[in-house]
Amino acid sequence: MVASGWPFSRRWVVADMVLTRLNTDIDSHAINRIMPDGAPYRSLSSKSVTCLSKNHGVDGRDVEIAALQQQVMPERYVRNRNTLSLEDQIRLLKSCVAVVGLGGLGGAVTELLARTGIGSLKLIDGDRFEDSNLNRQILASHNSLHQSKAEMARHRVREINESVRVSAFQDFLTDSNGLELLAGADVGVDCLDTLPGRFILERVARTLEIPMISAALAGMFAQITTIFPEDPGLKQIYGDPRDAPEKGAETHLGTLAPAAMLAASLEAAEVIRVILNRKEILRNRLLVVDLFTSQMEVMQLNGNDQKS
Amino acid sequence: MNPSIQLRLYASLNRFSPRDGADYPIQSGISIQELAIDLHIPLDQVKLIFIDGQRETLETRLHGGERVALFPPVGGG
Repeated sequence: MVASGWPFSRRWVVADMVLTRLNTDIDSHAINRIMPDGAPYRSLSSKSVTCLSKNHGVDGRDVEIAALQQQVMPERYVRNRNTLSLEDQIRLLKSCVAVVGLGGLGGAVTELLARTGIGSLKLIDGDRFEDSNLNRQILASHNSLHQSKAEMARHRVREINESVRVSAFQDFLTDSNGLELLAGADVGVDCLDTLPGRFILERVARTLEIPMISAALAGMFAQITTIFPEDPGLKQIYGDPRDAPEKGAETHLGTLAPAAMLAASLEAAEVIRVILNRKEILRNRLLVVDLFTSQMEVMQLNGNDQKS
Repeated sequence: MNPSIQLRLYASLNRFSPRDGADYPIQSGISIQELAIDLHIPLDQVKLIFIDGQRETLETRLHGGERVALFPPVGGG
């Protein structure tokens, strides 16, 4: 017992020394600045984060967490204040979110979460970009046609926030690979485009005991809900998974950019609220938006199995 | 005076909307299923039913004054 204890305590001492050196370096890189509302703060530039990350052999997000813990604000997140507190930002940086499906919803969700400062992202899609994606998918461009959606999403995250730890998987989610692909995620985001796929993600999220945020669109209409492992979930929206069709109203109405971007924004905002344990989340509720009539309403799903 | 409801048909069901959906006259006691048939909405397209923001079923009956929202399955991404 005593003999097996020493390597661990030694590792702790080493980790402690690394952290102390990192903290000292953060302090020397930080500069004094003033918030738009006049409040003074200590700021760490994104260039300094990259430099310290390389020098200390740690991820950028680890540098940012260490900075925030000593009240130094990574400048890239300064406009997140004060809607997000330093503690909120640390919590987001320590979180891992799996984005499943990287099309109209998932591309924009990835962009929004990376910019907000979610520390780790798992990006999952086996598909490649094609012409019909160009009307709404933020990662679809002439240069990305025929390229892997997962790879392009990973590339985009590296471009906008290299502090984020990214894993990209060029695989479609299945019941057999789901647990492996989502292992370690704190939240799953359903950005898929088939009903059976959505039910697969729900099963995986239940097994991993993590919450899942689900959005879907058709034409200029979008809907979003949040499902915790113990909730009735998607069957309240789509009925029995065994009877669920492959696709819904989008086969007739298509999928338009404003609905895709709005639904992605709603999902990203819900991810943040769920990670931060905010009260007004969409659990057992369905937010519906019709962009032709500018109507937005929250419906109660009840959790009543007789109505599933 | 006949009772009426506020009827909203979403996404692909929108094309079945009556002109007077904002103040749609009904017979008191009519079920959602009977209402959908009257409006020529295929029943297999009515996936979600909300009355005054609460989820209900095809069998739920209306008496006037309700806000009724019907949705098809929606799965695009």
